Amino acid sequence: MSTLTPIPTADQTPAALSDGSPKTSAFTLAQLVAALPGAFRKLSPRQMWHNPVMFIVEIGAAFTTLIAIVEPIIGGTQVSGASVVPGSFTWGIAVWLWLTVIFANLAESVAEGRGKAQAESLRATRTSTMANRVDSYDEVGDGAAERAGTSPVSSADLTLGDVVVIVAGELVPGDGDIIWGIASVDESAITGESAPVIRESGGDRSAVTGGTRVLSDRIVVRITSKPGETFVDRMIRLVEGASRQKTPNEIALNILLASLTIVFVVVVLTLNPIAGYSNAAVSIPVLIALLVCLIPTTIGALLSAIGIAGMDRLVQRNVLAMSGRAVEAAGDVTTLLLDKTGTITYGNRQAAEFTALSGVPADELVRAAAVSSLSDPTPEGKSIVDLAGVQGLSLDGLPSGEIVPFTAQTRMSGLDLPDGSQIRKGAGSAVIAWVEEAGRLGSQELAELDESIERISNAGGTPLVVATKSSVGTARVLGVVYLKDIVKTGLKERFAELRLMGIRTVMITGDNPLTARAIAAEAGVDDFLAEATPEDKLALIRKEQEGGSLVAMTGDGTNDAPALAQADVGVAMNTGTSAAKEAGNMVDLDSDPTKLIDIVRIGKQLLITRGALTTFSIANDVAKYFAIIPAMFAGVFPGLAVLNIMRLHTPASAILSAIIFNAVIIVILIPLALRGVNYRASSVSSILTRNILIYGVGGIVAPFIGIKLIDLVVSLLPGF
Amino acid sequence: MTVLFGILQILTLVVILALIHRPLGDYMARVYTSGKNLKVERMFYRLIGVDSASEQSWRSYLRSVLVFSLVGVLFVYAIQRAQAVLPYSLGFPAIPQGLSFNTAVSFVTNTDWQSYSPDVTMGYTVQLAGLVVQNFVSAAVGIAVAITLVRGFARRNSGTIGNFWVDLTRGVLRLLLPGAIIASIVLIIGGVIQNFNGFTDVTTITGATQHLPGGPVASQEAIKEFGTNGGGFFNVNSAHPFENPTAWTNLFEIVLMLAIPFSLPRTFGRMVGDSRQGRAILAVMASIFAVSLTALTLFEALGGGTATSLAGAAMEGKEDRFGIWGSTLFATSTTLTSTGAVNSMHDSFTSLGGMMTLLNMMLGEIAPGGTGSGLYGMLILAVITVFIAGLLVGRTPEYLGKKIGPREIKLASIYILITPTLALAGTALSFAIPAVRADVEKTSIWNPGLHGLSEVLYAFTSAANNNGSAFAGLTANTPWFNTALGVVMVFGRFLPIVFVLALAGSLARQEKIPATTGTLPTYRPQFVGLLIGVAVIVTALTYFPVLALGPLAEGLH
Repeated sequence: MSTLTPIPTADQTPAALSDGSPKTSAFTLAQLVAALPGAFRKLSPRQMWHNPVMFIVEIGAAFTTLIAIVEPIIGGTQVSGASVVPGSFTWGIAVWLWLTVIFANLAESVAEGRGKAQAESLRATRTSTMANRVDSYDEVGDGAAERAGTSPVSSADLTLGDVVVIVAGELVPGDGDIIWGIASVDESAITGESAPVIRESGGDRSAVTGGTRVLSDRIVVRITSKPGETFVDRMIRLVEGASRQKTPNEIALNILLASLTIVFVVVVLTLNPIAGYSNAAVSIPVLIALLVCLIPTTIGALLSAIGIAGMDRLVQRNVLAMSGRAVEAAGDVTTLLLDKTGTITYGNRQAAEFTALSGVPADELVRAAAVSSLSDPTPEGKSIVDLAGVQGLSLDGLPSGEIVPFTAQTRMSGLDLPDGSQIRKGAGSAVIAWVEEAGRLGSQELAELDESIERISNAGGTPLVVATKSSVGTARVLGVVYLKDIVKTGLKERFAELRLMGIRTVMITGDNPLTARAIAAEAGVDDFLAEATPEDKLALIRKEQEGGSLVAMTGDGTNDAPALAQADVGVAMNTGTSAAKEAGNMVDLDSDPTKLIDIVRIGKQLLITRGALTTFSIANDVAKYFAIIPAMFAGVFPGLAVLNIMRLHTPASAILSAIIFNAVIIVILIPLALRGVNYRASSVSSILTRNILIYGVGGIVAPFIGIKLIDLVVSLLPGF
Repeated sequence: MTVLFGILQILTLVVILALIHRPLGDYMARVYTSGKNLKVERMFYRLIGVDSASEQSWRSYLRSVLVFSLVGVLFVYAIQRAQAVLPYSLGFPAIPQGLSFNTAVSFVTNTDWQSYSPDVTMGYTVQLAGLVVQNFVSAAVGIAVAITLVRGFARRNSGTIGNFWVDLTRGVLRLLLPGAIIASIVLIIGGVIQNFNGFTDVTTITGATQHLPGGPVASQEAIKEFGTNGGGFFNVNSAHPFENPTAWTNLFEIVLMLAIPFSLPRTFGRMVGDSRQGRAILAVMASIFAVSLTALTLFEALGGGTATSLAGAAMEGKEDRFGIWGSTLFATSTTLTSTGAVNSMHDSFTSLGGMMTLLNMMLGEIAPGGTGSGLYGMLILAVITVFIAGLLVGRTPEYLGKKIGPREIKLASIYILITPTLALAGTALSFAIPAVRADVEKTSIWNPGLHGLSEVLYAFTSAANNNGSAFAGLTANTPWFNTALGVVMVFGRFLPIVFVLALAGSLARQEKIPATTGTLPTYRPQFVGLLIGVAVIVTALTYFPVLALGPLAEGLH
């Protein structure tokens, strides 16, 4: 077999665990300009109709424009509520209402634009290639499809169940599972990761994705997707926001906003008949201005941008959510199932300590362990040599011999030296049995050994017993190497943070309960499931869900698929099988299980951003009332002037300023909508207090200042 | 001295309510959860053919509420129309169609808006068999509906929300009737009259003849306040010395109005198994009440204008025996519960004081609100508050372990749309239709100008919120007002009930989510503050423009 590049391990450094969100520049002027044409295209009523709040603004804008055109023809001074307004007033209102709608569309366009660039690069991978389709595949007799004939077919014509042969240098024509062979594949087109990965038939790394390039070897692949529904196709639709469906919370919020809008429509419609009784009826542009100021335009304008940006934040972390619903569910997760290996601990164990039996010189144990591990390619073996070096053993001049590899039957490995002596290291019972082939061990020796083994197991480690057999056949046990599961640094704090967010962490491991308990305690998880089988995992998820919990988990194997499907948030690793990827509702392209924590955070941030802008939007109304109500009626009831606490210049400038503020605040908040509000894990009560202070109280205060400042400028216009 | 006496009254009220709300709340929780039936109840169930053990889905419950209420309207309408031939009618003639409709609807909806002068219109039979009966059952219907919503929160995976006939019967027999009997006795001791004497002619000192009406006043007075009904035996309601003779009976009547509404949060807490939740709701109600009372008392005590300065306070329209404090306390209680009884003329309050009584109703009768309707109105607002707060902390909102999703928000949102729409549309139509406007201006409004506008606004706000009190300067016994207010009362009562029951059904079906540290606690002062904020801001935003045109324009000059 040709050279295979080693599998790049997913980034498991502590840095990946930190909450450092990639600093994405919120948006630039260039993005804004690029989004402008889209913003105008969205003015079509057929599109606006989907956003009732902004649709009402658009109708208002059109109506006001009409009035502005007709007014000069009818002539006369413009009067509203017994206040004279300048002739340019209606035009001013009309222009700013249009701008309000355009700003809202702009927010959505900018959000979509960020996904577009990604979609473009993905599209490039989708260019159709020629595939070698096997005419009649014989799985049993000719698994490698070496004898079967192939015919060239365009990748676009491949369909479910087709079998293709791909050799080094070719593009994978479609999603599929490798049914024969092993190859290194460059998946950078999808993941952005330049190091190639290994894909092989059978097992959990058999999936290949269309558009990736085979770098070495020859594989036979069975296509698992229909044309147009490949993984890349779905990704494109996702990042473009085309297949974005509204989530339950978004629907609920839309309903609340719609009902608030209806209340204000009623308020405005009933106002003139009532005001007419006091001869205080106001002009229609003023009524429209009042309506637009009152309905929740800020959140209405930014709502869809928030949703698109939330998905986009996931995509930037290389996570693909198959639905917005999954992102939202992530924010609600109450139980997190985490695989021990790779998530909580580094993938490999490391030697931490040599414990020689009494009567055995410590350096003899160290030397024997190191000698037997020198040619051992496993990380465990390497760590033993490293530890021996640290303890002062000179690694030069150590003898080499014939390697006895580890097998599941012998459960030990070792070295046969040229002088006929042997060294073995492995599981306690296996090594003891090997030693006792040469004669029984002393009971005291045995007891001492048992004690060491138990101590290490209790501490969550793996005991590795080291023994030698001399050339004459006398055997003895030297001692025990303590192989330790190294818990990733910084995890304890992350789990404490999760606990604060109300999320319980459960560690899943195949270890025995003793070891599992020790590691669970060290990592600070709330609970663990030891000796777990995929069935146990599924049962645990069901149990948690019955109790009302929402469960998130990661998985990559085919046997994880049922659990992934059952979990509320199932994150499949990109290295995993297509069955796992089908079953989950998210795929992590980096195959980093710790990313689950980031996903939860993004889900929460998405909800908080919506809540914050809704609160802000409603709180704004207070100040707008104080601007508009005195302006509308002070001409008839001079007493109402005391409500003009901002001391706005004239009724006309007050109303126009409120409308301008209402439009401008949308643009000002676009970066916040795209970036999401800051989220720091802390108790719910303190999060609530902080957000109410910032967005509720801030929402009441900000427009008082903003409208006053705008009024200072507007009052400079002639007539205002 | 007045201030001291006023504060003492309030303190006494607070102490009494503090003492009774727990036992009464616990008692109500037992009444509506007990599995046992009284003998008389069993007999009644057999009579009407109801299986007391079987429960109803929300749709079936709603049908029962609507059918029962429709029968009530038809019956009360019929006996009014037949008054001329009924015994004990004191010789009054049959009541005209429009007024009969308005009155029937008014009492069945627990509004007790009175477009007529009762003492010169209704005989004893109509008062007792029609109006008093509805005073009992309409209050019981309100509590029953509130209890179903509480059950919605308390139950899990349940397709049913209770049995209307059982809830109704128990509410009347175990709660309202015993309470009203005790209250009547106390009122009789306090000097309220109770007889069937008809009219008594007396010769006054100056030699003139006075035509004094008698009647079973105390018994009607008791349920009028205890069931937050408000329909008086006499035209001037609790300002009449036969209904409310002294400062003591005045305070007692206030206690009666507030007893059930302020105890229901306790019932709620008990039934959902977490008394803290009940206390939070109670705190919201009590805070709004305290602020509103303070504002009204300040406006009235400080008054304004020459006449009031001379009198020491705005005493116009108030009874001397109650004074400012006794009047504002009663006015706040009657408009913040949906009672609508009055012991002073709200129409004659200062402009801003009158606005407070209007605002109290505009809040949607939630602090503490009518019997039952107050609790369900407040819980609806709590659902909205939880939704916004849930988003703010990044969790799908949940209240008492129930997810607040699209369906729940839809029902709650429509609920809060109903009363403002009815109140504003009714007022606007009164001025928008030229023929109606001419009639309203000519016949109904006695105080042209801003105050007339406030009177019409008050009438429709009162009807939409099923309060029943009036800015008295309005003649409402006209075809327009009888019809429009009648329609507004029906929609204002039953449309919200439809959505409350639907919400109860939707919540009962849900599984209960266990609370974690990530769950928003809904019993802390923080949530109480937020709920007050939502209640006030939603109201203020909806009504600010019309208030600016009426009482604000009048009061700020």
